Amino acid sequence: MTRDAGGMAIETAGLTKRFGSQVAVNSVDLSVPSGSVFGFLGPNGSGKTTTIRMLLGLVTATSGRATVLGHDMPGNALAVLPEVGALVEGPGFYPFLSGAANLHRLDGADRLAPSATRSARVETALERVGLGGVGNKKVKAYSLGMKQRLGLANALLSPRRLIVLDEPTNGLDPQGTREVRSLVRSLTEEGTTVFVSSHLLAEIEQICTHAAIMSVGNLVAQGTIEDLRSVGAPTVTVSTPDAAETASVFATLGLAAEITHTDDAAVVTAQLGTVDPDAIVPALIAANVRIRGFSVLRPSLEDLFVQLTGEGFDIVQ
Amino acid sequence: MFRRRRTLAMLGAVALIPILIAIAVRVSSSRATGRGPAFLDQISQNGLFVSFVAMVVAIPLFLPLTVGVVAGDTIAGEAGGGTLRYLLVAPAGRVRLLVVKYLGSAVFCVAASLTVIVFGTLIGVILFPTGPVTLLSGDTVSVGESLLRSLLVASYVTISLLGLSMIGLFISTLTDVPVGSMAATVVMAVASQVLDQLPQLDWLHPFLFSHYWLSFADLLRQPISWDSYGSNAILQGAYMVIFGALAYGRFSAKDILS
Repeated sequence: MTRDAGGMAIETAGLTKRFGSQVAVNSVDLSVPSGSVFGFLGPNGSGKTTTIRMLLGLVTATSGRATVLGHDMPGNALAVLPEVGALVEGPGFYPFLSGAANLHRLDGADRLAPSATRSARVETALERVGLGGVGNKKVKAYSLGMKQRLGLANALLSPRRLIVLDEPTNGLDPQGTREVRSLVRSLTEEGTTVFVSSHLLAEIEQICTHAAIMSVGNLVAQGTIEDLRSVGAPTVTVSTPDAAETASVFATLGLAAEITHTDDAAVVTAQLGTVDPDAIVPALIAANVRIRGFSVLRPSLEDLFVQLTGEGFDIVQ
Repeated sequence: MFRRRRTLAMLGAVALIPILIAIAVRVSSSRATGRGPAFLDQISQNGLFVSFVAMVVAIPLFLPLTVGVVAGDTIAGEAGGGTLRYLLVAPAGRVRLLVVKYLGSAVFCVAASLTVIVFGTLIGVILFPTGPVTLLSGDTVSVGESLLRSLLVASYVTISLLGLSMIGLFISTLTDVPVGSMAATVVMAVASQVLDQLPQLDWLHPFLFSHYWLSFADLLRQPISWDSYGSNAILQGAYMVIFGALAYGRFSAKDILS
């Protein structure tokens, strides 16, 4: 297997998709490093799935280009896709066939998948997603979560270099969600790049090394999880009955205080900026300020997400 | 395809046509021999004729109906079930998928035609006397030769349905709703036959894909008249080329959003 130039599993430049007059994806430049677990975030309707469909050659881009595993898509789809496992927008299976028969059929659709090892690979994939006991049941008897697991099994049928998972934990119970996390970890240990789209931020924060955020078809942030977290400035919060004194100490340290009053105390917050957080408490004590609580908070991915994609609940497009 | 109950049910329905005809004729002929259409009446003299009569009954509607369901479902059914994207990502290859799907429909055409012939012959042998068959031209051929001609009829009808199958495949690439493409395919078959009946449009008739559907009777003459067999094959081939190209043009660049 050849390593692609620059160690990028997925790279896009100016990737754009228009449906009529509506721009679904607007000039997206994604860089997904090989071996990373890449979280692809965005509210519903932000263009995540359309981007994934372009990467997989299901949808033709209006303009721009996409490179997957070092090859242009969709031109090299037949060369690239055997090394890509995908779960796209929920599972799709024939209800009248068993889970195992469905996997056999999909594996048979891939000309490069060796038929000699097919039964063994189907069994292993089913075991891996916890469907070992029900592989011979017809899919119409499966629950939503079991179908989702079967979709994951399909993505794992062959050794892959890239796995694309669109909302993998949809419909899964908490155990299933945990299993998906450990599955993703075990895949990364094998060197597989995992590209996960989700709107469950906690999910992404726990398992991803990198992330990108989409909003209304635009890529608004991209980088390692640490980079993204540090985009937002950390804040310092002091809970104290002496709000006014705290504010004046903050002022001498060069912090702009914001005071929120509660029943018997106040909460004073400020953007930390370049101030050393360790210097704040001694300064407050020196000024005889009573301190009930002190914390320095880095913004969570969720704060950044909301900050970048807006508070509104309404779907923008 | 044959693991689907629907496919088996449709073949079962097709098999019922000769069986019902044979039973109906058997029951009525025991009361009043010699009544009814001349063609139909032949059955009571020779059971080997059941399959031919059943084919005449089946080809205008029943066979196009089942072929429409199978061919109309090819791509749209996968799209509607959400399996199309997984087949393409597997990757199946779009051209390869079209070819495989079309071959599947063609196999169904063979199966449906053979079902009429085989069940027609079986029920005919069970219910009626058999013996050398008198052809439409008045000549008589042996039982063996008549069975051979039955198979020829099956091949003729299979070829007749190949054009419609390709039309169904093309319509199936246009939509994600399988019921829509199935219905549209069946409507095409009916429309083609209706147009074929309008004398004002006789210039158009040789180009309608259903024009030679009933001409398999030419295979029941002595000597066999191969003209309609050849014309039919050429016509169906032309439909396969045209609608195959349309299906390819449509599907190879289609955005798969299902």
